[in-house]
Amino acid sequence: MAKQATEVSYGDVLSRLARGERELEAESMTLSMGPSHPSTHGVLRLDLDLDGEVVTRCEPIVGYLHRGDEKIAENMTYNQFVPYTDRLDYLAPLANNAAYAIAVEKLAKLDVPPRCQAIRVLVSEMSRISAHLMGVGAYALDIGAMTVFLYTFTEREKLYTLFEQLTGARFTTSYTRIGGVARDLPEGWLAKVDGFCDQFLPILDECDALLTRNRIFLDRTEGVAPISREDAIAYGLTGPNLRGSGVAMDLRKDVPYSGYEQYEFDVPVGSRGDCYDRYLVRLEEMRQSVRIVRQVVKSMPDGPWYAEDAKKIFAPPKEKIMTSMEELIQNFMLVTQGPQMPAGEVYFEAENPKGALGFYIVSKGGGVPYRLKIRSPSFCNLSILPKVAVGCMISDVVSLLGSLDFVMGECDR
Amino acid sequence: MDFTSFLIIVAQGLAVIVVLMSLCSYVVLAERKVSAWIQGRVGPNRTTLPVVGAIPVIGPMLTRLGVFQPAADGLKFLFKEDVTPGHVNRPYYMLAPALALVPALLTVAVVPFGQYVTETGEVITLVLADVDIGILFVLAVSSLGVYGIVLAGWASNSKYPFLGGVRASAQMISYELAMGLSLLPVFMWANAPGSDAALNLGAVVHTQQGLWFAIWQPLSAFIFLVALFAETNRLPFDMSEAETELVGGFHTEYSSFKFGLFFVAEYAHIIIGSAVFVVLFLGGWHPLPGLPLHVEGLLGALLSIGIFLAKVFVLVFVFIWVRWTLPRFRYDQVMHIGWKILLPLAVANLVFYALLIALIDSIG
Repeated sequence: MAKQATEVSYGDVLSRLARGERELEAESMTLSMGPSHPSTHGVLRLDLDLDGEVVTRCEPIVGYLHRGDEKIAENMTYNQFVPYTDRLDYLAPLANNAAYAIAVEKLAKLDVPPRCQAIRVLVSEMSRISAHLMGVGAYALDIGAMTVFLYTFTEREKLYTLFEQLTGARFTTSYTRIGGVARDLPEGWLAKVDGFCDQFLPILDECDALLTRNRIFLDRTEGVAPISREDAIAYGLTGPNLRGSGVAMDLRKDVPYSGYEQYEFDVPVGSRGDCYDRYLVRLEEMRQSVRIVRQVVKSMPDGPWYAEDAKKIFAPPKEKIMTSMEELIQNFMLVTQGPQMPAGEVYFEAENPKGALGFYIVSKGGGVPYRLKIRSPSFCNLSILPKVAVGCMISDVVSLLGSLDFVMGECDR
Repeated sequence: MDFTSFLIIVAQGLAVIVVLMSLCSYVVLAERKVSAWIQGRVGPNRTTLPVVGAIPVIGPMLTRLGVFQPAADGLKFLFKEDVTPGHVNRPYYMLAPALALVPALLTVAVVPFGQYVTETGEVITLVLADVDIGILFVLAVSSLGVYGIVLAGWASNSKYPFLGGVRASAQMISYELAMGLSLLPVFMWANAPGSDAALNLGAVVHTQQGLWFAIWQPLSAFIFLVALFAETNRLPFDMSEAETELVGGFHTEYSSFKFGLFFVAEYAHIIIGSAVFVVLFLGGWHPLPGLPLHVEGLLGALLSIGIFLAKVFVLVFVFIWVRWTLPRFRYDQVMHIGWKILLPLAVANLVFYALLIALIDSIG
């Protein structure tokens, strides 16, 4: 039977809805965004309820990239786990390597020489630049400015070339060892890093000019999905996402590790916590990282680049293994048993590009962790999605995801 | 109708398809090359043909320029597996790509592209169908193009294309209004008392022998250009596609040649849109403002076509340039611009020129 068409005004619909008459309520749509979607950066899946294009419910579904890294860690020696840390935040593997090594050294109560510390700061900051370049570039790509993405990618390529010269690998660097790094800096490498910084800043300014005052970019990000200070803290946000909401928390300043206290840098914070602020914070952090890199390059200390006296933790140089009995035995023990740790537990957090990457290690002695727990910043940062995504349009969800700058490899572990 | 005139019509139709299609494929190449240039890349430079590519010097040069790439692209569209998902509404799903392309091919018929000056000084406009309703035909037929997109979104029976289709229909309707209103002052001016231009596009070009309409009516030109971007679904207005939001928008479920038709249709719309803009605002085939073209014979005709195409390509370049520079608007912002900024602006523009023409008329 054909229904009689009645004239409906907006207020009429609201009052009918209030009275519980559901016949005029529009049908809502459930959209499964991901795990294979261009702007969910990997394999995040969002279960969205849509009213038109407005999100009424957002449930992030994570775990598509779960590899059981924490369990794997229990079955291998401390050094063998270094390559697995590459695959956490795979946009900044060197920073993960350094954070993991520092955590285990904290367990062993081992101090590494200043040169080793400086190298770790250097590579961490370079990978911060690389990760933020990807973050800002992918963010711009999500919003539709593809060219910025290619500009930042070109810069990352230069960084990768430097990483390759340093570690032998572009992507999965596995550079640190417990008690040191895999190898010393190659000759002339520091000058190349300095040269990179010189040509990088103008290009960063160019990306800045393409986005920061672009009317469309402002329309798409300003005031979109703001996260309040309180929410940011309550949901355990860290890194640029927390600082974008106006909390000046930076572990490099607050609990300096690896000699960060020697370097001068500012911690940029946002004021409104919207997508735009998170973008600005990342942009400024890259400039600050360049500042740190330059200071490290200038003040790179000489001396050993690994803890020489930690005979049960760090392998001796190869030529000594081949020529001297004691070093041969030392190497044999390290390879078969792993670096020897005292019993105990430790928690260490490092300020990684995505936020505070924490390692909680329980040791019962020996070369294998009893339990290794990874606190991944991306996982915690994503937890706020159900709260801030509600009321956004689909396009805003895309900017929000871009501005949260997560990596699923780290989130799912 | 005798057989010869029938043949002429068929030849004209074929000419449209051949010329427009090859233009489209080279605009696609231009997009790839220009975007590569903007982004510091190289762009397509490997595709080659067995014999032509082997010619010394010229062969490798053409290969590096990517001249053979469109052929490879076209063949790829033809030979990819044509997947029809099980959940689609088949008849409409099949119909949609054709519906997207046909309007683009139709509009080309009324767009003048040059002139032929006879020895007696008579000017003949080169156009396939010299209809008096010119611009009305262009607006009416090109707005049909949206049905292809909406139908594709609907027939795909899938969520992302659906959203794309909904966005497309709303966006097209909004910008159609501003577009139409921005054109009215042009025709009011061209039809100023004492002239007989009607709605014919060729006549509009003749009235631009002096100053171009882009100079007389910059605001009209601007509104028309913005609306053109929206109508052709180009960034920053590519709501219905928005590949980072809606995956592929309306063409998510399409593959192979059906997708190719949408693809060609988009570029065909860009070329036609640019051509219409050149005709209405940039003086058609007149080389410079205040410098009309008056060369007799075949040479003059070729020259006029060359100048016209050059202008069209400049505009196509602007389309490409904007796409690779600007981010994308949000859907509601597109609506806001369409209804709250462009439409009032177009109305004000219309009223201004109406009063101006009345004033000039009463004085003169």
